[in-house]
Amino acid sequence: MTLEVAIRHRLGDFTLDAAFTSAGRVTALFGRSGAGKTSLVNIIGGLVRPDAGRIVVDGETLVDTSRGIFTPKHRRRLGYIFQDARLFPHLSVRGNLLYGQWFNARGDKAPKLDGIVALLGLEALLARRPSALSGGEKQRVAIGRALLANPRLLLMDEPLAALDDARKAEILPYLERLRDEARVPIVYVSHSVAEVARLASIIVALEHGTVSAIGPVGEVMGRLDFLPVAGPAEAGAVLDAVVAGHDDALGITRLETAAGLLSVARLDLPAGARLRARIRARDVMIATQALTGVSALNLLPGRIVEVAEQGRGVFELAVEVRGQRILALVTRKSVQDLGLAPGREVTAVIKSVALDGMGAVAGR
Amino acid sequence: MFELTADEWEALRLSLKVAFWAMAASLPPGIAVAFLLARGRFWGKLLLDGLVHLPLVLPPVVTGYLLLLVFGRRAPVGSFLADTFGLVFAFRWTGAVLAAAVMGFPLLVRAIRLSIEAIDTRLEEAAGTLGAPPWAVFATITLPLMLPGIIAGMILAFARSLGEFGATITFVSAIPGETETLPTAIYLLLQNPGGDLGALRLTLIAIAVSVAALIGSELLARALARRLGGA
Repeated sequence: MTLEVAIRHRLGDFTLDAAFTSAGRVTALFGRSGAGKTSLVNIIGGLVRPDAGRIVVDGETLVDTSRGIFTPKHRRRLGYIFQDARLFPHLSVRGNLLYGQWFNARGDKAPKLDGIVALLGLEALLARRPSALSGGEKQRVAIGRALLANPRLLLMDEPLAALDDARKAEILPYLERLRDEARVPIVYVSHSVAEVARLASIIVALEHGTVSAIGPVGEVMGRLDFLPVAGPAEAGAVLDAVVAGHDDALGITRLETAAGLLSVARLDLPAGARLRARIRARDVMIATQALTGVSALNLLPGRIVEVAEQGRGVFELAVEVRGQRILALVTRKSVQDLGLAPGREVTAVIKSVALDGMGAVAGR
Repeated sequence: MFELTADEWEALRLSLKVAFWAMAASLPPGIAVAFLLARGRFWGKLLLDGLVHLPLVLPPVVTGYLLLLVFGRRAPVGSFLADTFGLVFAFRWTGAVLAAAVMGFPLLVRAIRLSIEAIDTRLEEAAGTLGAPPWAVFATITLPLMLPGIIAGMILAFARSLGEFGATITFVSAIPGETETLPTAIYLLLQNPGGDLGALRLTLIAIAVSVAALIGSELLARALARRLGGA
């Protein structure tokens, strides 16, 4: 599946001028609120007609203003999952789920009700009315409803934004199963680094209506200029990790990543389980000499490859560890006192590792 | 004393018939006009809005006289309809239906329009993304969600038609068995010495029918609200 977008659209004072191509399984449209994410996904979904530009999905041109092509939303076969689930209040959960099947050809490959109900854990909800569902349940039904319309692409506009943390934690595993099992590519709109790091394969970063960065998650998250976009609290390198083994005596799980072995507090996951390790820049210290007697478990030797000033005395730097970039935030004083500059051999001291994507088991 | 005379039965039967047909005939145009007023953006919308609501503020006698001017036997529209379709309004029960429909129309449109304006159009958008073409969105989402308003409007129009007096008596007079509905029958009975008892009987019936319509609409509205989960 490929998605090709190149559009220009004015909304009052704001101009959306975005172009990108993605063949990723999960393409994250990432950016702060007001960056134009929802407008862009509305244009892809056919809810808004762009002033100019083209949209091509899987080789089929859905929009091309120069040739006067505009496919209405009901003929695009794009599933849209809204922030508010938008379930039909006069239909039962089953009625909602089956709604799209009235209008879409049901081939052998089309998803079946039973399969989707099992995938999303909806068995107990089928006879209920939408008003009797919790926020998380509503969103699961909305996802099932979109899938059963047999879309070639799912658009998700901050599907978790309206939910509290407990409900988010309830939905995320289903989204992962969707990504790994349903074989429908997803465009995922979010302003949450944690969600994007956990789910996405490609990041398309939007700033003030234009694409400021695009690429695989690990690559984009490792860029220094992406740090301000992601925000200093959450920004940092993302590494694909596999559970290598446990040390029960020490209460430790070892994760294998391209940057080396990482030790984290014991995880309840089998060896071979895949997850994403996010090393926040603010959790990384830089040492210029070999360290002994530190409580941090993970010391990764590497070489500084990039230094940039973020402003207000804060510098961001990238340390290359076995070809992987680890980001760190340091003060100007440290940069001067330690002589931190590209080429310098240092040790990245990692205070903590944020683990995203727990529960996604390899080989499933 | 509660025994109805044949004429009184006839008036009740005719009233129900006229009110039913007035309600049924005005429903399709009522939905269309309500939809135009709620969703449409066009030149002359205010004019249409005013026109629809005119019978609500005009003296009913004036409305009846205007109907006579337009739909009378020799009036332009009236003669055209009579010659082309054989549809005669003047001094027929169909004329009573027309008068009642015109008088009830603003109430019908108003109730339906309010229910359309209360619909979350984002639900219609969602239906579109699921593959439903516009006509199907209307039939499967918009119309069901309008239902409470449609039913409320129908009951209002029905009740208004039952009570219609001024426009009816002006347009089609009060011909027993043809255009003499309950209110006109009550009025005429009161004009006769000794008609008090008959007028009282018909009054009680009018009250009973109106109360039944109100209770019926309330029960229906509740059942619908339950179906929509109180939303």
